[in-house]
Amino acid sequence: MKRALPILAVLVVLLAAIAIANPFFLEPAGFLAFLKRAAPLVILAAGQYFVVVSGEFDLSVGSLVTAEVVIAARLIDGDESATWPVLALLIVAGLLVGLVNGVLTTKLRVPSFIVTLGMLLVLSGAVFLWTGGAPRGALSEGFRTFGRGGLGTLPWSVPILLVAGAAAIWLMRADFGRTLKATGDNERAAALSGVRVDRVKIFAFMLSGLSAAVAAILLGGFAGVSAQVGQGLEFSAITAVVLGGVVLGGGRGSVLAAMAGAVTLEALFTLLNLYGVSGALESTVQGVIIIAAVAAGAIRLPRKPTPRRGDAHAAS
Amino acid sequence: MPRPKAAVAVLTVLTVLGALVAAGCTTDKPTATTSSAAPAASDQASGTGDQASGTGAQSKFFVQADFDAQLAMRSQTPEGPANKPWEQAIAPKMIDTARYKKDGPYHLCFSNAAVNNPWRQVGWKTMQAEVGLHEEIEKFTALDAEGKDDKQISDIAELQAKGCDALIVSPNTTATLTPAVKAACGKVPVIVFDRGVETDCPVTFIKPIGGYAFGADAAEFLAEKVPAGGKVLALRILPGVDVLETRWSAAKVVFDRSRLQVVGVEFTDGDAAKTKSIVSDYLQRHGTIDGVWMDAGATAVAAIEAFEDAGLPVPPINGEDQQDFLQKWKDTGLTAVAPTYPTYQWRTPVIAALKILKGEEVPEMWNLPQPKVTSENLPAYLKPNMPPLHYALCGCEDLPGFPENWGGKRS
Repeated sequence: MKRALPILAVLVVLLAAIAIANPFFLEPAGFLAFLKRAAPLVILAAGQYFVVVSGEFDLSVGSLVTAEVVIAARLIDGDESATWPVLALLIVAGLLVGLVNGVLTTKLRVPSFIVTLGMLLVLSGAVFLWTGGAPRGALSEGFRTFGRGGLGTLPWSVPILLVAGAAAIWLMRADFGRTLKATGDNERAAALSGVRVDRVKIFAFMLSGLSAAVAAILLGGFAGVSAQVGQGLEFSAITAVVLGGVVLGGGRGSVLAAMAGAVTLEALFTLLNLYGVSGALESTVQGVIIIAAVAAGAIRLPRKPTPRRGDAHAAS
Repeated sequence: MPRPKAAVAVLTVLTVLGALVAAGCTTDKPTATTSSAAPAASDQASGTGDQASGTGAQSKFFVQADFDAQLAMRSQTPEGPANKPWEQAIAPKMIDTARYKKDGPYHLCFSNAAVNNPWRQVGWKTMQAEVGLHEEIEKFTALDAEGKDDKQISDIAELQAKGCDALIVSPNTTATLTPAVKAACGKVPVIVFDRGVETDCPVTFIKPIGGYAFGADAAEFLAEKVPAGGKVLALRILPGVDVLETRWSAAKVVFDRSRLQVVGVEFTDGDAAKTKSIVSDYLQRHGTIDGVWMDAGATAVAAIEAFEDAGLPVPPINGEDQQDFLQKWKDTGLTAVAPTYPTYQWRTPVIAALKILKGEEVPEMWNLPQPKVTSENLPAYLKPNMPPLHYALCGCEDLPGFPENWGGKRS
């Protein structure tokens, strides 16, 4: 919680600024609409957090989201009865892509950066080849309910977000979370102290794949089938995680802060939009955030020497 | 060693960010999303920016003469068979092609800008089917430039070495492809369609009326249907792309003359989720929006859903002849219009090439009719068994393989 404080402060300021520009934001419906819009990115950021804190990257989530939405539309093709089987298939496909990313990274020792970049290209190429550039088919109403519908004024995205968020926090408090952080902090030490490093990392990648599947279900539901739905999401997710103070390279940062980072990023975009700033600035803003956040992290570190008795020689 | 680790991370992230942005620019060409003929826009616009209507300054791509010509063409009756609009031409100035006359069978070649969006996909399938109709075409060689100018330049050079009898070009961009087309003109008869080039060396240039007519059709509909003083939201894909700028600049002229209030001109990147979010934001801010103008129909359904999800009636709106929009229109009884940039224009270059090789006259500027879908003719264009991203004005219904090859189902 302590780690999440700075980002929460920034978030509060941004939310206040939005409320000033748009009083409707303070009403439950307005705020819920904002949460609904933020939900996919927050879930993706939680998934990305697991990978980042273990010292890796997952760049494949954006094209995985696109692939899942396009596949869902083609398989469902407007047929209501296909909704649930396809939903299950999407979850399995997300986990599977994560598994492949994880296995290639850990067992073949290919840097995750390369593995997931390759996966990004493979997936986007495969989607293009399969669709020939234009998605076919249509999502069923049942499928779209998750991203579009709701219980009265409460959009389904919000309870889904809360459950996913709670699960992520719970996971990080369980043994898995501690071993994951230890792995990211110092893989060697973690391995020597009995952590099954490979297994932990593979699981982190699978969680990221799962989060992409859930995000795809919400995004596809929100606005329907599109071949651009996942474009740039991997960077939004990484930006959100970094914005939450999670250190690229692993070992430090909390999942709550990562998710708060995603809400903050979404709030920032909403604010820019409210003040009529062009959408083209979004990528610039993300770029600046990534550089600034990592630079800030790197500058702070030398000021905090941690002299410990007896390990002067071990310090690097 | 936290510090080097972080530095490496920054570097790697930046590298990929750069690579991805670059990739995004080449694979997702905004021009291709809606593809429209590009008038060689070089002269400064003479249109005046009327700030009062909220439309901002006039686009630097605006050319008054082209605007006037396109708007006039809308009311002219095209010549040619009425049931085959892809063979019709508006006010054609026929030219003699006897010097290209040649005995068959023929080898036709095609340099395609891209097939990376639904519009081009439908068109490309239609063109292939048209080729299949003609026995005298012995060989059809097509190269896809994948939205890259440099690839298309080498594609055109490569095709010249393949012994083509005629070369069809759908240029990726106007200015950059001009020298390549000029070079090809010396060797084979060249037919250009969709976007133009800055040379008159091709035998014929085929295009529908154009972007000004598209934008004006939609804006005039709103000016008629939305009560005076009504708030109109204009949604555009991207700024600075000539083929989209013409659509908006024509709409701007119409809105400036009308009594409508344009409360926002927003860019959607052609993204459905973003479109829906933008419309939702405007509904929150303004309470109500009385009309929606769009420079392309791909995200029209997303805009409509924003009204539905907010529990508001959908105001007058324009889309395009895409199946999902037409279906929504019929199902919910929208007040709507759909200007088109017909995909049937992909049939015409093949027909033109054969005419040229047989020494028959063709129009120097082949302006195809550009119909709009209205509530009266909607039933004729709506084909319930076609996929959501199909373009209704494909002119492909009589071609072999319809509807399966276009992704449709036989009912």
